[in-house]
Amino acid sequence: MSEQDASGKRRWTMIVDLDKCSGCGACVVACHAENNVPIAAEDQVVADRSQHWMRIERYWEGEYPDVKARFVPVLCQHCGEAPCEPVCPVYATYHDERGGLNAMIYARCVGTRYCANNCPYRVRFFNYFDPVFAEPLNNQLNPDVTVRSAGVMEKCTFCVQRIRRAEHTAKVEGRTLADGEVLPACVQACPTGALMFGDRYDAASAVAKLLEHNGRAVRLLETLGTDPSIYYLKGGTSHVD
Amino acid sequence: MSIETERNPWMSAPPESEDEQEQVEHLRKDHLLLDPVGMEAMNQDALGSMTRHGRWTWMLIVVLGGLAMMAGVGWLVQLFVGLGFTGLNRTIFWGMYIINLVYFIGIGHAGTFISAAFRVMGFETRRPIARAAETVTLFALAAAGLFPIIHLGRPWKVYWMIPIPNQRQLWPNFQSALEWDAMAIMTYVVGSVLFIYIGLLPDLAMARERTGVNWRRRLYSALSLGWRGTDRQWALHESVSTIFAYVIIPVMFSVHTIVSWDFAMTIQPGWHSTIFGPFFIVGALYSGVAAVLVAMGFLRRFLKLGYFIREEHFDVMAKFLLIMSFAWIYFYFGEFLVTWYGNLPPEMTILDLLLYGEAAPLWWLMIFCNVVVPVGLLWMRRVRRNPGILFVIAVFIQVGMYLERYLIVGVMLGRPELPFNYSWYYPGLEIPIAIGAFSFVIFFYFIFTVFVPIISTWEVGEGQFLHGLRKIGRKITKFKSDMH
Repeated sequence: MSEQDASGKRRWTMIVDLDKCSGCGACVVACHAENNVPIAAEDQVVADRSQHWMRIERYWEGEYPDVKARFVPVLCQHCGEAPCEPVCPVYATYHDERGGLNAMIYARCVGTRYCANNCPYRVRFFNYFDPVFAEPLNNQLNPDVTVRSAGVMEKCTFCVQRIRRAEHTAKVEGRTLADGEVLPACVQACPTGALMFGDRYDAASAVAKLLEHNGRAVRLLETLGTDPSIYYLKGGTSHVD
Repeated sequence: MSIETERNPWMSAPPESEDEQEQVEHLRKDHLLLDPVGMEAMNQDALGSMTRHGRWTWMLIVVLGGLAMMAGVGWLVQLFVGLGFTGLNRTIFWGMYIINLVYFIGIGHAGTFISAAFRVMGFETRRPIARAAETVTLFALAAAGLFPIIHLGRPWKVYWMIPIPNQRQLWPNFQSALEWDAMAIMTYVVGSVLFIYIGLLPDLAMARERTGVNWRRRLYSALSLGWRGTDRQWALHESVSTIFAYVIIPVMFSVHTIVSWDFAMTIQPGWHSTIFGPFFIVGALYSGVAAVLVAMGFLRRFLKLGYFIREEHFDVMAKFLLIMSFAWIYFYFGEFLVTWYGNLPPEMTILDLLLYGEAAPLWWLMIFCNVVVPVGLLWMRRVRRNPGILFVIAVFIQVGMYLERYLIVGVMLGRPELPFNYSWYYPGLEIPIAIGAFSFVIFFYFIFTVFVPIISTWEVGEGQFLHGLRKIGRKITKFKSDMH
């Protein structure tokens, strides 16, 4: 049983263990399927318009022949001090105080793309065209998630539809939300268990416990003061031969 | 009209010797304000310019109108399809639309500066060129005002950025620099239009009196708002113009500062800089004065306004341009020296990109256009007094200043913190739309000169009224009366 902090607020947090990430891309595919993320055609990818709410950044380390590939899954960091939020002139992106989520309302977006420019992680995506879901992909669109139209921004929501559904179920059943009850699609799909999800404000949750005693936890571009909700557990040392 | 004589009535005494006559001739040739031909002749010359568009000018106008329509078609396509045909990608979200916005607002600044700041400072050279400069402002702002809308993903929702009560019960976000920008631009557009219109009133009435009964007369009658030139009207006109001039100067400074804050308020490397406000204003005036020089060259050549727009005016504007180039170089140097000394990796990535990297050809071309050409040439009096060469220099500065904005928006944006996201900007549909926007501005500038006398004859007449010649010893000098 989880307990929320005094104000009833949560801080949804994800932990990415870089040592466990094999760069397989299952999270990316799961995200596409869950969130109706359009699939960018080849010419669009060549034009640097790939569209993955979650992406695997691959970095090469060392010189040939002693080369290692490093994989960093990057998704919206759900910053506590999000640079994208204050710049939107129409409140299309705003801070969800209840869950510490960085929320995006597609219907409000006019497409200034200011948020995306101000995102140091570049995890916001713009719909340059109306999305096309070719057969048979159109048959597996998630009814819980809006299909975005041309001209609006979109980004990772931490599968807010799953969070809301779990919260609702818990409320109906008259209990508090259990730790591990909410799993975003990427976490669910990760075969090596590199991803963990939970409420950091809940001291009993697995993520809070892990972060408390883990010296490997870092956050991406922490010097910018964005206070991200994604923690990366540094990899590397266990690979040393 | 009392000033009908060829001789300057305000000269203290007629020339007595051949030497004095020569001095007088020389002064009159050099200075418009010492060379009155009579109010009526001057009015006719200015009015005549409205019908002096030759065959080539009209052909140019038609071509420009066609290009502007091409851009309109491009925008229609974009409205229906989305922004996909642009060169924007998932790293570079702002491109040539924003560059055009900054550029056109920039060249709009000179008009306000020349007509308002020069006015309150009492610079007499402004008199014949103030309206030509204000007209640049007018149409540059019209183009600049379009680009934030063209830029939007869903432009039909643009009114959501206006703070009006609405059924969504949602105000715009006043924290957003774009919201400030939208308001600053709207204020500036309204202010500039009113300012140019107030200055136009006496000349519209003058045109009304001097056209036959035709559509022109009806147009001018309506537009001149019953101006009859009474003492009371002139006194009101003087005080309104002065108040407006003082009010619009801070508006002008705030607009480009806020445009720069669109960039400076972000945490994008290369953008997040405290110097951007004044730096953009200097850049705006720099490109704007150059744009006014282009317009002056056009008017003098195509509309044969050689009587009004003289070498002295080119000279003064070229000196102003030289000063602005110094100021711009100072800011640019300051910006980059601090970046280089600070040696922060994301900032240095951008500096390396500009100095030796992929963007180096553009950067060095910009330095050539903005530094080498003007500073190398404008210190020469012969160059400053040659409208042809000045025209070429001014066009170089336009290219340079456009490139400067291109580098700030289109290139720096491609280097965010994480190297995985590095990208390069290849504009697509933006190019025809940008060409169309330039054509739009020049097209409407020419059309404007068909309907409105582009020289403010009442201001020139007033100046000539206030200036005279006086003999001090054996030398004839000019003087200015402080009479109003």
